Amino acid sequence: MTDHTLAPKKPRRPFFLRRGPMEALAVALIALGFLMLFQPFALVLYTYSFITLLAGTLMFTIVSKFPE
Amino acid sequence: MTASHDTFSDKMADAAVRATPEPLATRVRGLSDRAIAWLFIAPTIALLLAINIFPLFWAIWLSFTNFRANRPNAAVRNVGLDNYSRILNDPDIWASMQTTAHFVFWTILLQTVIGFALAWLIDRKFRGHAFWTTLILIPMMLSPAVVGNFWRFLYEPQIGLFAYAVSFVSGIPTSDIQMLGNVHLAPWAIIIVDTWMWTPYVMLICLAGLRSIPDYIYEAAEVDRASPWRQFWSITVPMALPFIMLAVLFRGIENFKMFDMVNLLTGGGPGSTTEVASIALKRDAFEAWATGRSSAFAIVLFVAVFGLANIYVKALNKVKQR
Repeated sequence: MTDHTLAPKKPRRPFFLRRGPMEALAVALIALGFLMLFQPFALVLYTYSFITLLAGTLMFTIVSKFPE
Repeated sequence: MTASHDTFSDKMADAAVRATPEPLATRVRGLSDRAIAWLFIAPTIALLLAINIFPLFWAIWLSFTNFRANRPNAAVRNVGLDNYSRILNDPDIWASMQTTAHFVFWTILLQTVIGFALAWLIDRKFRGHAFWTTLILIPMMLSPAVVGNFWRFLYEPQIGLFAYAVSFVSGIPTSDIQMLGNVHLAPWAIIIVDTWMWTPYVMLICLAGLRSIPDYIYEAAEVDRASPWRQFWSITVPMALPFIMLAVLFRGIENFKMFDMVNLLTGGGPGSTTEVASIALKRDAFEAWATGRSSAFAIVLFVAVFGLANIYVKALNKVKQR
C-alpha cells in the first residue's frame, strides 16, 4: 500500500480569466493602438487608434490583477 | 527578550510623551502605529489628490463638455463624444502626432546610443575621467529656457557659431544655413538641442548600470578566453539593459510632452513643421480657447503614454527577472 495519492487536479480557469494570454492580448492592443496613433499612412487608422489604445490599457489594468 | 524590548520601547515612548506639551502628549499616546503612519503620509496623499488626481478627473469631465476657459460664465453643455471625434478626425492634429513620433524616435535613439557609448568610455576610468564626467553633465543642469535661448543664438545664420562651424566644414555660406527657418532642418535643429541637453542624463543612468556589473564576471570570461567583443555583447549589454530601458522610459515619457524647448526654439514653425502635440494642445487650449476639445486631446495623449508605460514596465520586469 502506498501513501502517495494524486493531488486533485485544479480546474482550469476559462481563457478570459487567465492572466498570461489576456495580458498578452492587452499588450498587443496597446502596441497596435500606439502604432495606429502615430502612423503617417491612413487617417482612418488614426481615428480608431484611441479606442484601441483605451481598450488595451483598461484591459491591461484589469487583467494584471489576476492571479498568476 | 521581547518583554524587555517592549519595556524599553514603552520607556522611550513615555519619555517622548513627557517631552511634548500635555494636551498633545495625551492625544499622541492614544494613537496606534497605523494611525501615526497615516498621519505622516496624509499630507502627501492630500497634495497628490489636489495637484494630480483631481485635475485628471476634472480634465476627463471637461473633455465631454463645450467649456471655454475664456468664457467661465457661459452655460456648460455636455457634448458627448464630439470633442474626441473632432480630435481623432483632424488632419492637423494627426500631423502633430507624426511630428511628435519623429521627434521622440530620433531623440531617444540618438540619446541612447551616444549616452551608452559615453558611459562605456567613462567606465574605462582613464586619467581625468572624473573631470570629463562633470563636464559632460553640465548641459543637463541648465534650465531648458536658458538652453533654448542659447541655441537660438548658436543657430543664427549671420552670427551663430553653429552656422559658422558648418560653413567652415562644408563651404556652404552661413546665410544659407537656416537651421530654424528651413522646413527640412528645423525638426533636426530641435532634435540636436534635445540630444545635446539630455544625453548626459542617459549616460548617467547607463554608467550606474555599467558600474553595477561585478568584475569577477569579466575575470571569468577572460579565463574562458572570451574576446572583448563577446564580453561586450554577452555581459555588458545584457546586464546594463534594465538601466538602458529605464533611461528610455524616462526620456520617452518626458519627450512625449516636450514643450518648453520647442516653444523657445521654433514655436512650432516654420509653418507647422515642428508643431509637436504639446504645442498643438497649447494652441487649442490658450489661443483657440477650446478648453473642452483640448482636454480631450490631453486625455488621448495621456492614454497613449500610460498604455506604453504599462507595457514598457512589464518588459522591464521581464528583463530584470532573467
